[in-house]
Parts: sequence; structure tokens; C-alpha cells
Amino acid sequence: MHNTGQRSRFLITVTCFGLAFLYIPMALLVFYSFNYSKIVPVWGGFSTRWYTKLFESEEVWSAVILSFKIATVTACFATLMGTLAGLALVRFGQFKGRTLFTGMITAPLVMPEVITGLSLLLLFITLGDLIGWPERRGFTTITIAHITFSMAYVAIIIQSRLAGMAQDLEEAAQDLGAKPFRVLIDITVPLIAPGMVAGWLLSFTLSLDDLVIASFVTGPGAVTLPILIYSRVRLGLRPDINALATIFIIVVATAAFVAWWIMLRQQKKRELEMQMSSEEG
Amino acid sequence: MDPDQQPFIKIQSLSKHFGSFTAVDSVDLEIYKGELFSLLGASGCGKTTLLRMLAGFETPSSGTIHIDGVDMTDVPPYERPVNMMFQSYALFPHMSVEQNVAYGLHRDGIDKQAIKTRVEDMLAMVELTDFRKRKPHQLSGGQKQRVALARSLVKQPKVLLLDEPLAALDKRLRENTQFELMKIQDQLGVTFIVVTHDQEEAMTLSTRIAMMDAGRFIQIGTPIEIYEFPESRLVANFIGNTNMFEGRVTENGVDHIVVQSKQPACEFFIDHGISIQEGTRVWVAIRPEKFRISKSAPESGQTNQMKGVIDDIGYLGKLSIYRVRIGDDKIIQITSPNLSRPKHGESLLDWSDEIYLSWDASSVVVLTK
Repeated sequence: MHNTGQRSRFLITVTCFGLAFLYIPMALLVFYSFNYSKIVPVWGGFSTRWYTKLFESEEVWSAVILSFKIATVTACFATLMGTLAGLALVRFGQFKGRTLFTGMITAPLVMPEVITGLSLLLLFITLGDLIGWPERRGFTTITIAHITFSMAYVAIIIQSRLAGMAQDLEEAAQDLGAKPFRVLIDITVPLIAPGMVAGWLLSFTLSLDDLVIASFVTGPGAVTLPILIYSRVRLGLRPDINALATIFIIVVATAAFVAWWIMLRQQKKRELEMQMSSEEG
Repeated sequence: MDPDQQPFIKIQSLSKHFGSFTAVDSVDLEIYKGELFSLLGASGCGKTTLLRMLAGFETPSSGTIHIDGVDMTDVPPYERPVNMMFQSYALFPHMSVEQNVAYGLHRDGIDKQAIKTRVEDMLAMVELTDFRKRKPHQLSGGQKQRVALARSLVKQPKVLLLDEPLAALDKRLRENTQFELMKIQDQLGVTFIVVTHDQEEAMTLSTRIAMMDAGRFIQIGTPIEIYEFPESRLVANFIGNTNMFEGRVTENGVDHIVVQSKQPACEFFIDHGISIQEGTRVWVAIRPEKFRISKSAPESGQTNQMKGVIDDIGYLGKLSIYRVRIGDDKIIQITSPNLSRPKHGESLLDWSDEIYLSWDASSVVVLTK
């Protein structure tokens, strides 16, 4: 094509613009986290004092630990329950109210977070009055809230993974003498395992990320990382929060890179095997 | 076949409805031990549903299935003495060839050493011993098919169900595999039930064929019976090519009948002992290979011959296909073996040649439906 050069120049411009749009804010954040000055937008020389300060803060540490605890428990429960819901959606064929069930599973995806948060808060208050549980809001209530919306994402992931998987495999296992539960363990779970891992990671990040719902259902003393960052920044930009956010970015970026690298390695291995088998005929 | 033999599989007034759609419509069938039985029909005729009911994947709406004298109607698939080879092969992608074959044996709780021996024997039989550590995605289509076969035979089922076993293979491989399947069936003595839409596959493989249409059997018989003595136009048209002439019975003699057709005007003399009332509307079917083709008028008189013009020739080497125009708009198809070699640069018959067709009185099939 005669205009390849021109088109590629156009593409490069667009790509650069897009990347800049995505990453300049984060780059600024990282940049200012190393600022000596107490006033964020004024450059006072390079320093790591805010990082040191951060690690000395009891409050930050407890928020980090709480967030990771909630995220881990959420991811595990959401994966389990979401997988079961996904299985029900695909494998139980036409049951009465299937459309309604599908709609209900996916509704939290489009529901505004404020609504979800508010309704969950109402539920917890009502329950507290009626049966005396939850006595106080905090870790448990935030985790339950996170499970409810993360589950929907997992169910969707599992559903799409299962829909692409031929039902023959499960039938073949049954035909060879495996009872339904065995089929689930031997055949279905290994095949949807990548979906379950993806669902777990997604639930984990969703939970780690969430500010709105958590602030509705949290109680005294339970401060998650996003809540901490938000409440501090409300009183004005602070350099130690920049440092905290920078660490956050590094952790997430590392995790994403590792996941990508594992997937790439698997794919390469698979390609190599394919090549081997075709060469041998 | 021994006439006193008890049927091994007995299906009685079996039906399956999906909502308002009837997939299988009150069928009865008896299959004997060691048979290689084919269910043949176009897609949607109910053959796959019937097979799935035998495997236990579909619950019959009504009727019963007995295998080896035991009522199987409500037995779940994992407790039936039946194994199935899936059209897609359904090999477990996360298990090696060996693990795939051993899976069924592990479910039976057989001890490890015995499983190992059985799997090895099975892999040797399908000549895949060198591939036992491979994953399914590292195998060719033919190899996958053999793994699927080994996996479904390793439990020594009483009945093996095969769903379009050769559909995914290319033509050359199909022919070899067909004979391999027959050999294995013969060795093991397992009863095979094959579902297929491919009439050639059914013809070569089977001891008996059941032709299905709209959830019912329209004819059950040996390949020769189905091919040479079809009972209806549907069967005659589905199995191989056939030339069909509509006409009326004009003479119902003691040992013969005569059928007069209008388009083209022709008299058919049929001498195999059938009796149909005069005036009945019938269809006369003649297979393409039953015609004799000649440039000069045959001596048989006025019956069982036609005059036509060659419209098209397909030269296939061992035989040629001729499309012959009779009258204005009737085209009939004839296959004729090329018995003699034409002189260089010439052919025995050519486009637009006027020719005569004749046939034996015994080669004609008369159909009333």
C-alpha cells in the first residue's frame, strides 16, 4: 500500500496521545511522591521522606492489612459462589425462571454502586434490629458486600468459559462411569480453572479498589485503604498519600506483569508442542 | 442369523418429545448380539436422539429400553453397560492419551496394575502405544478417533454406540477406518450401533440398517435389502441414486405385472412375484447401474426399453455416468462400466448420440408409497 508510511505516522500519534492520556496522571503522582516539599505541587528537591513516614504510620499499616484481608476472603467466596451460579446458568438447561435468574445475576454489574451500598446498609441495619446480627459494621459487612457484587463478575466469566466448552466432555465422563460430582471435579473444574483464576484476581482487585460500597457498610474502626486515602485527600493533597499510591501502582503493575508472563509462557509451550506433533505427522 | 436368538437390545414403543416437537415417535426395535447396526437418516430424523436415549443422556418420554434382558429405561448413563464414541470424540483435553483411556477403568475401582495392562493392550490394538503421553491437541484427526475408540472399548461394554464415527475424517482415512472398525467389532464381538447420515458408510459397515425419517423407522433390513428392495420412494431416493417413473398398473398377471408410464411413454414389465391391483398409481424405480446402453435397438420388443439422447457424460475411469434425455424433459442417470478400451482419441459414446436403454424385468422395483 502506498500510504503505509502516512497511516503508521497517524497511528503512532494516536497511540502516543492515548498513552499520555492514560499515564501522565500516574507519572505525576509518582513524581510528586519523591518531592521533599510538604506542599504537593511545589517542587522542593528529591526525597524519600514520605515513604519513611508512611511505614512508620500505624494507621496506614492497619488499613493495608484490612484491605488485603477483605480482598482475599471476598475473592475466595466470590469465586466459589460465582462459579456455582455460572454453572447453573449454563448447565441446567431450561428451568423455570431462567431468564429472571440470569438477569438477577448480572444486575449488580449495571446497578450504580451508591444504590448497592445503600441497600446493603439498609439490610444490615434491619438485620441488626431483627436478629441482633451484625452487631456492629466492619470487616464482615464490607466482605459480604464485596462478595455480592464480585460474584456477578465471576458468574459472567465462568458462564462464557463454559459456553465455549462442549458439553460432550461431561457426557463422555458420565458415559465412562463418573457420577455427576466426579464429573464436576475431574472434568468441569479443570477446564474452567483459568476462568476461576481470572475471576479470583478480578474479585480481589474489585474489592481492593472499592470505595463507595465500603464507605456505606463500614463501621467505626474499620478503615480500608481506599477509605483512608480518600479521607486524607479530602483535607487537601498530601505527599505521603502520593507515596502510598505509588506503592499501590507498583504492586498492581507487578502482579499484572507476572500474570501476563505466565500466560505467555504457557502459550509458547503449547505452540511448541503443536509444532512438534505436526512435524512428526 | 439364528432365528431362535433372543434380541440383545429391545426397544418398545419408545418416544421422545421436546416440547411440541416429536424427535422419536413410538419406535420398536430389536438388535441382536454382535450386530453392527446402523441408524441412517437425514439430520433431524431422530437418530441421534435415539442413540442418546440408549446411552442414557436423554430420558424417554414413554416406552422402554432393555439391554441384555435388563430394563435400562431409568438407569443413569454412568451405570449402563454401554459406552459411546462421540462425533467430536470428546477427548479430555487436560489428560494424556493414556489417562483418557484409563479414565473409565479408574471409575470402576479396578486395581492399578490391571488398569495399566488393559490400557496398554488397548493402545496396542489401535496402534497408539508411542503416543500414550501425548495430549489430545497434539494428535491428528485419525489418531484422536482411535483414542476415542480405545477409550470407549476399554471397559468392554456390552454395546458400543458410535455417533457419526467417520464424519470428521478425510475420504482416504475413512475407507481404512471403516474396515478397521469392522475388524475390531469382529474381534471383540461387541454389539455396535452406529448413527450416520452417510449411506455409503452405513452400507459398508452394517449387518443391518434402520432408515429413519421424522422420528420413525421407514425400513429396517440388510444393506442389500435396503438397496435392492426399498419399500418406499424415500428409501430408494436416500440410498444411492435412482431413476423414478410414475405410472399405473395396466396388467396384473399371475407371475408378472405391467406398468404404463406417461412421462416418458413406456411400458415396464416386472416379473418378480408381486401383485398390485390394476389401475393403482405406482412408482417404478431403476438404479443407474441396472441399465444397458446400446446404439442399436435391443431385441426384447416394446417393453423394458427406451430411446434417448445423451445429454452429458461424466468419465470416471472405471465407469462413466451418462445423463440421458428421454422425450422432452425427463433426464435419467445411468452408470456403465467401461468394459472395453476405446481407440485412441475416440469414445464409444458421445454427446448427442441417440441411444437405446434396456433393462431386465427383474431389476425393476415397484413402489406404492
